[in-house]
Amino acid sequence: MPQTSEMICVTCPKGCVMQVKHEGEHVLEVLDGCKRGEDYAICELQDPRRMVASTVRVTGGLHPLVPVYTRKAFPKPLIPQLAQKLREVEVPAPVTINQVVLQNALGTGIDIIASRDMPKSH
Amino acid sequence: MSQTYDTIIIGAGIVGSMMARYLSQYKLDILLIEKEADVGMGTSAANSAIVHAGYDALPGTNKAITNTLAAGMWPRLSQELGIPYARCGDYVVATSDADMDVLESLLERGQINGVPDMAIINGEEMRRREPLIRPDTVGALWVPSGAIGDPFAATIAAAENAVMNGVDLKRSTAFEDFLMEGDRITGVHTNQGDFHSRWVVNAAGLYADDVMHKAGVRPEFKIRPRRGEYVILDKADFQLTNPTVIFPTPTEKGKGILLASTLHGNVIVGPNANFVDSKENTAVTRAGLQEIWSGGSTLVPGINRKHIIAEFAGLRATGNAPTPNPAIDYNQDFIIEIPEEVQGLVNLGGIESPGFTAAPALALMVIDLLKEAGEVLEEKADWNPVRVPRPVFRHLSKDEQAALVASDPAYGRIVCRCETVTEGEILAEIHAPIPADTYDAIKRRTWLGTGRCQGGFDMPRMVQILSDELGIPPEAVTKKGEGSQFLYRPTKQVEEDHLSVEALI
Amino acid sequence: MKTSYDVIIIGSGPGGLAAAIAARENGAEDVLMIERDIELGGILVQCIHNGFGLELFNEDMPGPTYAQHFIEKARDSGVETLMDTMVLEITPERMIYAINKSSGYITLSARSIVLAMGCRERTRAQIMLPGSRPAGVYTAGTAQRFVNVEGYMPGKKFIILGSGDIGMIMARRLTIEGARVERVLEILPYLSGLTRNYVQCLLDYGITLQKQRTVSRIYGNDRVEAIEAVSVDEKWNPIPGTQEVIPCDTLLLSVGLIPENELSKKAGVLLDPITNGPYVDDRFMTNVPGIFAAGNVVHVYDLVDWVTEAGYVAGKGAAQFAQAEKVEPEALIPLKAGDNIRYVVPHKLDKERLAEALVRLQMRVTTPIEERVLVTVENQRGEVIARRGEPYARPGEILTMAIKPDTYQAVQDASELTVNVRQR
Repeated sequence: MPQTSEMICVTCPKGCVMQVKHEGEHVLEVLDGCKRGEDYAICELQDPRRMVASTVRVTGGLHPLVPVYTRKAFPKPLIPQLAQKLREVEVPAPVTINQVVLQNALGTGIDIIASRDMPKSH
Repeated sequence: MSQTYDTIIIGAGIVGSMMARYLSQYKLDILLIEKEADVGMGTSAANSAIVHAGYDALPGTNKAITNTLAAGMWPRLSQELGIPYARCGDYVVATSDADMDVLESLLERGQINGVPDMAIINGEEMRRREPLIRPDTVGALWVPSGAIGDPFAATIAAAENAVMNGVDLKRSTAFEDFLMEGDRITGVHTNQGDFHSRWVVNAAGLYADDVMHKAGVRPEFKIRPRRGEYVILDKADFQLTNPTVIFPTPTEKGKGILLASTLHGNVIVGPNANFVDSKENTAVTRAGLQEIWSGGSTLVPGINRKHIIAEFAGLRATGNAPTPNPAIDYNQDFIIEIPEEVQGLVNLGGIESPGFTAAPALALMVIDLLKEAGEVLEEKADWNPVRVPRPVFRHLSKDEQAALVASDPAYGRIVCRCETVTEGEILAEIHAPIPADTYDAIKRRTWLGTGRCQGGFDMPRMVQILSDELGIPPEAVTKKGEGSQFLYRPTKQVEEDHLSVEALI
Repeated sequence: MKTSYDVIIIGSGPGGLAAAIAARENGAEDVLMIERDIELGGILVQCIHNGFGLELFNEDMPGPTYAQHFIEKARDSGVETLMDTMVLEITPERMIYAINKSSGYITLSARSIVLAMGCRERTRAQIMLPGSRPAGVYTAGTAQRFVNVEGYMPGKKFIILGSGDIGMIMARRLTIEGARVERVLEILPYLSGLTRNYVQCLLDYGITLQKQRTVSRIYGNDRVEAIEAVSVDEKWNPIPGTQEVIPCDTLLLSVGLIPENELSKKAGVLLDPITNGPYVDDRFMTNVPGIFAAGNVVHVYDLVDWVTEAGYVAGKGAAQFAQAEKVEPEALIPLKAGDNIRYVVPHKLDKERLAEALVRLQMRVTTPIEERVLVTVENQRGEVIARRGEPYARPGEILTMAIKPDTYQAVQDASELTVNVRQR
């Protein structure tokens, strides 16, 4: 059954509200969007992904947490599981920027990396 | 085990703390109990911070007698306790002939009460002294003995001086009932156990009526909480030409909405006066804020809403007690008495404005009453009336600041940026005779968090310092006692997870 | 310890870092950055979310990564730093009084100064929020510091007032760490922050945003127990009968930012009452010669990339001022806010300097236009000097436009320039 969903495109800051006609994951027609909006709609329906930023615990560091993020956009449906997984991770200081704190998160092939150095506490 | 004292004072607001301080000069075992986590958290923490000259109260009333007596005590008292006080004078501003008549009667009243050097000045002179005043001002009553004080500092210093002189202070200790043998009071029952004593002083502020009713005294006496709302303006954005207090001409409804300089350098605007249903209802309201803003901006039209940095409300303990002298028709007076119905009770009730001003005089009057009742009060040879103030970094000169930091590096770390409060000052308060162990306790003592960012910058740092110094986890640090914790759990220790795939898609 | 510098920068956020780097690149020998925290980076330290660097690097970085890039660059270029140090006062003669634990009271002099203190958050008093005063009312930034840096959650059940970017980003952040965000309320009829954040922070996580709705009362004496929400009309007056009491233990405020200029005022720097930041010229110099300002201390930006760029301009100006033998006469003309413009920065520009480099104008509009608009820069006779089309104009997003050196001839007889935004 074809259906129409409203979708706000975030490809550019304008944030067009698009009407996306689709059947399941298959996009039939996109109204009120540009070409990039159409690509966005297809991606959102087939494999929505987001950059995820969070923190993990660090022992002996300047701060008790070190900020981390997904090296690439991460499958949206797996975000809750990722958040849970990151609560279990603990790394010793010092941590360096881009250091992998969780490899191949949830089998996605995407590493979680530190977004800054975290020196030892003095 | 219960302890035995000569005197127990219920309530460590300004009245109870001053009572404890003045009683501590005698050879008495004294206990001061306070239901909140710190001294001075009720009415004493939220008022206009004015040491009234004494022209307002009806001559012959307890309010007038104690106000005038106390106004003369404050200069020396503030020296002894090491607290700020400034006799900057105050004005009552008139905008009509009818107002001028009221000023004349205030002048007369003040002269009867013994207020010195009052004068009526004309509109032109008022505008010369304060060009910001409303342009239609036709005259003003100038009262050079009017002053401003710091109710937080005064309450804390009085309680601290009492503690220095041997008074036991128990905070988070709430009066529940009297212990009695027949009609003789033998102590109090509290949420922290029983304490025995020969005398109990009821300085319970808003709850003074409930306390005396527990002893079966004055069942007709009732305190109706009357809320006053205030706003504080950023000191960097607005100042009066000279520090002072400016009142409108009073009406039947009261003294009206004033503008006053504070000893912290800000201008305060307020209060209104509205009866509320609860003795804990210190909420500010939209209508109330509009009311005080309208009043304040009428008096001084140049104030700007953008300059408001804080808003708060306090409750006045408005009573219904007649003046003891039956010749005076007044039914909202202070109660200062040893009631006849029971033995061992002193009542201080209905202490609303000018209660902050009057507090030291109330203490002296109670001491006289105790003597009249046959109590032999023997002075202590080693009583020390002097409390040496701790350094306030922002009040020091550059050289003094440099010397202070050189002597203790903790004074080199600024924790509150808006009010320039150092870690050294905070540590000194945490380890003072009355340890400041909550955020608000630090705030009232150091002025941290009172500025334009309202704690946004200092709060994480302050939580850390309190946690380290008190040896408690950050989650246990409170704003103002149990139940007011700032933090809930470490970020990664999730107990109940609200993140779900369902919500996500 | 050295006591005199060519350029001293107050603050090491993105504006300060860029200014320090640019000062070194433009020939200043001794450059010092003073930071009140224990590490460099300013507010970026707690902004762990992505979205930084898209304009300057065409890369999507988290805040700390963006900061570290510039921290390393500053260190490599020989910028000195004073950490955990609070500046107490700046004088018009460019003396700086500061204090810290290790050195005590510090007196410094600078040939030029860059103010880069950033901004602070508006508090509940500034929006006259009624109710009691319990624990559990935080600005969004304070909560962000607790959650991301200190490692503690300030509550379980949140209401967020204001749809500014920090508020929406915190809604997502708190949800990811297991908290419940009951509602985001916005008093305006439109979003305060970026649409991207609305989609990725609120829609993605099923968090409800209610517009033209605000908090009318806070309940709870010790800790927040609930808030009352109410709908408002166009003039922000509460609409009777629309109240809803929502149980919660925490209220986060994301109700605007104010440039932090108390130090500037003491130094005699004049402030624009609209931006709350200094009046600046095209190289970000204030009215006080030798005192420059960069970043959110001038006006509140929406993207950090523009803050960095402003820092570069200010740092270059400061370095040139520090090295100048004599002060060159300037040909400054005012830039004015015209149709539907709330403000434009810089406030003045030098017609001669325009020959060398473009001047980037940044402005905010007064009312939103959701259709194509034309931004024009006009002289006193209404002649268009520069123009640029935009697909829309929203108060929450800064409009940027460059005046390029090729307009040099056209501005020579201009006594003032006015910027307008009009529907096409």
